[in-house]
Amino acid sequence: MQESTANQVAANATSSFTEHLQRDRPELLPYNRSLQAGVPAAAPLQVPHATTIVAMSYDGGVLMAGDRRATMGNIIASRHIEKVFPADRYSVLGIAGTAGIAIDLTRLFQVELEHYEKIEGTLLSLEGKANRLGAMIRGNLPLAMQGLAVVPLFAGFDTSAGVGRLFSYDVTGGRYEEREHHTVGSGSVFARGALKKLWRPNLTAAEAVAVAVESLYDAADDDSATGGPDTVRQLWPVIYTVDSSGARRVPDAELAAASRNVIEARTIAGREA
Amino acid sequence: MTQQFYVSPEQLMKDRADFARKGIARGRSVVVISCEDGIALVAENPSPSLHKIGEIYDKIAFAAVGKYNEFESLRQAGVRYADVRGYSYDREDVTARGLASVYAQSLGAVFTAEQKPFEVELAVAEVGASQADDHLYRLTFDGSIADEHSFVVMGGQADKVSSVIGEGWRSSLNFADAVRLAMTGLAPAGEPEEQAKALPAGALEVAVLDRESETSRGSRRAFRRLNDADITALLA
Repeated sequence: MQESTANQVAANATSSFTEHLQRDRPELLPYNRSLQAGVPAAAPLQVPHATTIVAMSYDGGVLMAGDRRATMGNIIASRHIEKVFPADRYSVLGIAGTAGIAIDLTRLFQVELEHYEKIEGTLLSLEGKANRLGAMIRGNLPLAMQGLAVVPLFAGFDTSAGVGRLFSYDVTGGRYEEREHHTVGSGSVFARGALKKLWRPNLTAAEAVAVAVESLYDAADDDSATGGPDTVRQLWPVIYTVDSSGARRVPDAELAAASRNVIEARTIAGREA
Repeated sequence: MTQQFYVSPEQLMKDRADFARKGIARGRSVVVISCEDGIALVAENPSPSLHKIGEIYDKIAFAAVGKYNEFESLRQAGVRYADVRGYSYDREDVTARGLASVYAQSLGAVFTAEQKPFEVELAVAEVGASQADDHLYRLTFDGSIADEHSFVVMGGQADKVSSVIGEGWRSSLNFADAVRLAMTGLAPAGEPEEQAKALPAGALEVAVLDRESETSRGSRRAFRRLNDADITALLA
């Protein structure tokens, strides 16, 4: 009798917000809605999709940048959506794929990390955070099979090792550590091409911001679903840097300057491609 | 078959209350003070890891005295309640009043229905934009809830500590003053010099809810735990 009580207490002792929801409020989980199971959607669902995210390491940290466009088929669903979010003090995540589910997953992930910190009194390790995100993406697999996939990028500062690290995922929740840089989303191939030429080891934070803005510019140049810098509406990419002092959002003024530099250089060059 | 003796409900409740009171009176005190900079929570607690003070949500903190396992389970339940509510509605919909009322109901249910009441006393504090918007709730073992102003003292020598704090409290206190005042209250009676020695930073657990956390630290989470070095620096 006493042993079973102890087991019960141990089984109920969870520091995970997701596990708590799974047990007590499963209807609140973003991936617990079943579209008529087994019936494949006749046509791809028309929902907003978030597009290109780039991330790279630089001297002393990691950076993540996302453009501002969401598309729904051939329609621009939003010009000012934000796709890169701080997950906690030392990590950020960017999302590509079905925007509605991705934003809910981000919210859940943010609460998950804060919840752990409050219950345990200490921050989750960076590996631990990366694994939790992988588990959430895996939870979304049934919806991904029906065309509502979410693919994140995760970057953070590993406080115990003292380095910035970068993780990419696939729809099954597979987690892969990236060195140097990585991109996801519809414009990712073009952004990656640009990064291969622009990125080099030991960039400073300011140089890394310029490289991120230029690679997103190249992605927007060739991918209709990626938005470029919008000088008319004053819309610039969202960029976060993470270093030993934590995550920081790069202010709009810096991004405006970096974007104008790219546009100016391209205008002077006056070339077709 | 054993014969049950009749015990009047009055006697039963009194016995339970006495039992809980005795348990609480054995522990050391905790002080929660609302001041100019925010809310300061100070506990006499030699353990650096078994906390009596905790963060519940953006603007809400928790402090407790009594049995560790009992108030720790209440603290975790509070964090879960707040996180679920904030996740399903919005962050600003999580209030100390809602949390305190959930605590009051669970303490009340345990007091009447369970084998033994919780031997705990809790304080739920919420920092507001101005001192008038601060909320302090005190919850006792039987589920009674009291809306307090300016400060709350719980635990062992609550009456003694409370009278010292009551004399020294002013609305213009800053964090350093508030922590100093709490230390004076918590220190054992005696000469002032002995008092200072009696409570080194290591014997204290101090946390604050910053009123201006958004502007000063760029964080909506107002709760900040002070380590020994922070305490020493604050009091220097």
